[in-house]
Amino acid sequence: MKLSKIFKNGIINDNPIFVQLIGMCSTLAVTTNVTNSLAMGLAVIAVLVGSNFVISLLRHVIPDKIRIPAFVVVIATFVTIIEMFMKAYAQPIYQALGIFLPLIVVNCIILARAEAFAFKNGIIPSIADGLAVGFGYTIALVILGSIREIFGAGTFLGKTLFGANFQPAGIFVAPAGAFIVLGLLIGVFNFVRNKKASSEV
Amino acid sequence: MSIAAILISTIFVNNYVLAQFLGICPFLGVSNKMETAAGMGIAVTFVVTLSSIITYFIQKYILVTMGLQYLQTIVFILVIAALVQFVEIVLKKISPTLYNALGVYLPLITTNCVVLGVAILNIKEGYDLLQTTFNGIGASVGFTLALILISGIREKLELADIPEALKGFPIALIAAGLMSIAFLGFNGLV
Repeated sequence: MKLSKIFKNGIINDNPIFVQLIGMCSTLAVTTNVTNSLAMGLAVIAVLVGSNFVISLLRHVIPDKIRIPAFVVVIATFVTIIEMFMKAYAQPIYQALGIFLPLIVVNCIILARAEAFAFKNGIIPSIADGLAVGFGYTIALVILGSIREIFGAGTFLGKTLFGANFQPAGIFVAPAGAFIVLGLLIGVFNFVRNKKASSEV
Repeated sequence: MSIAAILISTIFVNNYVLAQFLGICPFLGVSNKMETAAGMGIAVTFVVTLSSIITYFIQKYILVTMGLQYLQTIVFILVIAALVQFVEIVLKKISPTLYNALGVYLPLITTNCVVLGVAILNIKEGYDLLQTTFNGIGASVGFTLALILISGIREKLELADIPEALKGFPIALIAAGLMSIAFLGFNGLV
């Protein structure tokens, strides 16, 4: 498969959040602002690239029957490394992401890519796939995070956007806001896709 | 925190699904029919409660005594995976109907964030054995409650006239958001 196609698939055609609808927990939880969304996206990209690389490397060594536990151990190792790294060098982000950092282990996206791509493909395509899907995830997170931060707090990356009289709509940063904004975003995404598909026919 | 406070907090006020976003995948995936939702709830309740207790002992007697706390994530996820496998074998024997209805979502309990999330939070909060057990029970009852409520709503939504682009997942997310607002009403109970 060509690298450009892998990237297009990961970011648009098979976007993990908007199309495949997996990895929802962290998506909903950390997107209260743009900074957290970006940090979470970067952490997931790092884990995804690392685990795809190692699993692709070991694809002829791991027996088929115990591949899932093997994948989980590889993924958990990378998550632990990232967690320690963030604890040492990015303490505020580490605190903000909290429990959702170790929970990257159970993010379905990573296991899904290991099973569907890295276990069947060579090293270079697997790394590209990890990057692509990671970017797709990060982009979705940043879009969601931007909407929630701008309307819910009136800021972007911590900077105040509107005048002092602006009353932020707190519902956007509340849990309920996450569900509703993501639901509407997926709706918009579907709408655009359906329209494109029907105009092509 | 007292046991009662933990139960009320995890079931209503800080519901793990609607306020803390743990276990969203099965929450949206198996909530089409009320029957499967209830089955999933029972399976999760069993796994979460048992894994809370087991991980408590592993943390206290193996990881801490040997100074291996950094292996927490890896060890916990392996314990949970083994436990899910066990539940799968038992369920296949006892209730094949439920086993078939849960389908792919049964092995997926392993990657249900509620299970690992509760195990890690128990350690973080420094709960003792009794508190750990009830936190596990409360979390999974809260999960089951949210799952059954949303499945009831989704059964009705099947018949509603919804714009094409919002059908299925998006409308379920919006409904979950409205449910989350309703649950805000429990704020201040604890």
